[in-house]
Amino acid sequence: MILTGADIIVECLLDEGVDTVFGYPGGAVLNIYDSLYKYSDKIRHIITSHEQGASHAADGYSRATGKTGVVIATSGPGATNLTTGIATAYMDSIPLVAITGNVSCGLLGLDSFQEVDTTGITMPITKHNFIVKDVGELAKTIHLAFKIACSGRKGPVLIDIPKDITAAQTDYSPLGRSVPEKADRAGEPEIEKAAELIRNAQRPYIYAGGGVVSAEAEDELAKLAELCDAPVSCSLMGQGAFDQKSRRYIGMLGMHGTVKAAAALNECDLFIGIGTRFSDRVIGEPAVFGKNAKIIHIDIDPAEFNKNVGVHTAIKGDVKKVLGQLCEKVSQKKNEWTDEIIAKDYGEPVQKGTDELPVTPEAVIRKLDELTNGEAVIATEVGQNQMWAAQYYSFTKPRSFISSGGLGTMGFGLGAAIGAKVGCPEKTVVNIAGDGSFAMNLNELITAYAHKIPIIEIVINNNVLGMVRQWQRLFYDKHFSQTTLDNRHIDYVKLGEAFGIKAFVISKSEDIEPVLKQALEISKTAPVMVEVKIDRDINVLPMIPAGKPVVNPITEIDLEA
Amino acid sequence: MEQEYVLSVKVNNNNGVLLRVAGLFSRRCYSIKSINAAETEDNTISRLTIVVAGDLRVITQIKNQLMKLYDIREVKILNDAVTREHILIRAGRSAEDRHKIIEIANLYRAKPVDVATDSIMLELTGESAKIDSFIDLLKPFGIVKMVRSGITALERD
Repeated sequence: MILTGADIIVECLLDEGVDTVFGYPGGAVLNIYDSLYKYSDKIRHIITSHEQGASHAADGYSRATGKTGVVIATSGPGATNLTTGIATAYMDSIPLVAITGNVSCGLLGLDSFQEVDTTGITMPITKHNFIVKDVGELAKTIHLAFKIACSGRKGPVLIDIPKDITAAQTDYSPLGRSVPEKADRAGEPEIEKAAELIRNAQRPYIYAGGGVVSAEAEDELAKLAELCDAPVSCSLMGQGAFDQKSRRYIGMLGMHGTVKAAAALNECDLFIGIGTRFSDRVIGEPAVFGKNAKIIHIDIDPAEFNKNVGVHTAIKGDVKKVLGQLCEKVSQKKNEWTDEIIAKDYGEPVQKGTDELPVTPEAVIRKLDELTNGEAVIATEVGQNQMWAAQYYSFTKPRSFISSGGLGTMGFGLGAAIGAKVGCPEKTVVNIAGDGSFAMNLNELITAYAHKIPIIEIVINNNVLGMVRQWQRLFYDKHFSQTTLDNRHIDYVKLGEAFGIKAFVISKSEDIEPVLKQALEISKTAPVMVEVKIDRDINVLPMIPAGKPVVNPITEIDLEA
Repeated sequence: MEQEYVLSVKVNNNNGVLLRVAGLFSRRCYSIKSINAAETEDNTISRLTIVVAGDLRVITQIKNQLMKLYDIREVKILNDAVTREHILIRAGRSAEDRHKIIEIANLYRAKPVDVATDSIMLELTGESAKIDSFIDLLKPFGIVKMVRSGITALERD
């Protein structure tokens, strides 16, 4: 049949199983939006307040559902506004297809109105990108984009489509849904070598990253941990890959990981890194990372092997398959050390408020954890709020922690929470924000209200950019340069009201439970906001300064010093 | 140990592929000593010959990172290969120089390709070391301008 390029785009999206897209219309995508209008009974389009919010929403949708997120934006500023979201997805290996309009082919390269070199700009932040200059190539390209996004190590792909291509007509016959290329099983020699290391280890320690979530390998991970009788830590991206209510879970590893995890790293004789890229935020000083241990590294992307730390055995393959293979080769072990380290009390730091502001993020997040039974989807912004969410909520299932780990994008969480809720309407979705991050993209409250997306936005308000302040306190002689936000006097209740969103304030410890209960109740039907007033000098602890060895984390910061 | 490696990279002959490769090198702080790109016997495929300096760890990283680019079909770190470079070089300040330059050219089997009153342009193909020594010998006569192709290479069978 003869279709326009715009209709072909929508037909291809439908063939790829897409029923929801996020985006923002504009001149260069008018034809696409005209097709979306025609197909509105088949594809739900969520317009955000800003293209960046749309990109984070598509990302959050993908993280929460495992499906590929789709975002559409117009040329020029529409495309550039997507870039932060695309880069965020790229750093965290999230499958995303971004469709941008561009000026018509004849206007390309002439500095035309709203023209930008979108493929040039997004080249380093996408797995691949395309500009389609022939309508005959359009369908093939769209399916290929989905295939690339989901094959191997996942990630974002961008398709730039000049306006005349969306208007041009061509004969179209459906090509069918793309089939991603699955990574292979690992080679037997590598598996045997790793199994041998595991057999010989007395103190094996498992460290799981976001690759476990991406590969849906949580069952295999749990099984391997049992067989090896190992304690388990997760990276920030790996939160939820392992049931944190399990006795084996000893907390996050890295800059803000637990004291116990740091001890395990230094005591273990075998470190098994699974679906992880050994981020600098975890390894500290590379030269001494896991110096008493042999390191096994399992990942889908061989470019991660020996990139940040040298490893003894690298196993390339689909994490789910590799763990399955390993489980077959490892017989049940019993390690005394594991029981010892699980039982030992390392005296984790306790948060304290002040007389005026007694509420702590720990108390609020732990209460939220209790009230939602560790089963909510928790999105975060970036900074202290993000670390507190990771530290104090007990993630029990994959795809329940939605956070910009790699790029560290402030303003990510609200859009991402919206996307997650759209993808998982049956789940409670909470965004844990700080007041700084909230102010970056609070415009997306409009989206939550307009589309009746009932998320809970918790703004932990300390009137400072807390994480930067924490570093300024420790490393910059308490020069709190541009991080004190006292001059902002935001009334969150009124602000919520202006957007049509009910908001509450928690300022006393007694408020925590009733307010959270009320928010959870309201969130069954409508978005709701909670401001939590906390003291500005509650720090994220433990802490290992950047680039320093992961030993003896800081557990106390003297505010008077 | 840091040394020079020659990578032979087969790529889809798509728009922007050179930019993708060059961008990757720049972003990941790998340095390119030379790069040569041209179509192969199949006009949908180009071959890039890239000379890079680094240790084996870095070279392996480069190979693995390159393989992640969609348009890259194959990356080989060449060990046993015929490597060649081509140079066009104009040298000389006087007619007298020209004769001496031609003598050196004969030794190297370099070919005169353009002759002016004072200077002469030569072309030479060979291994980089040969090109280097040829340039050194011409230096006393004054090198007016030159262009090197960068290394091209093919594996031996």
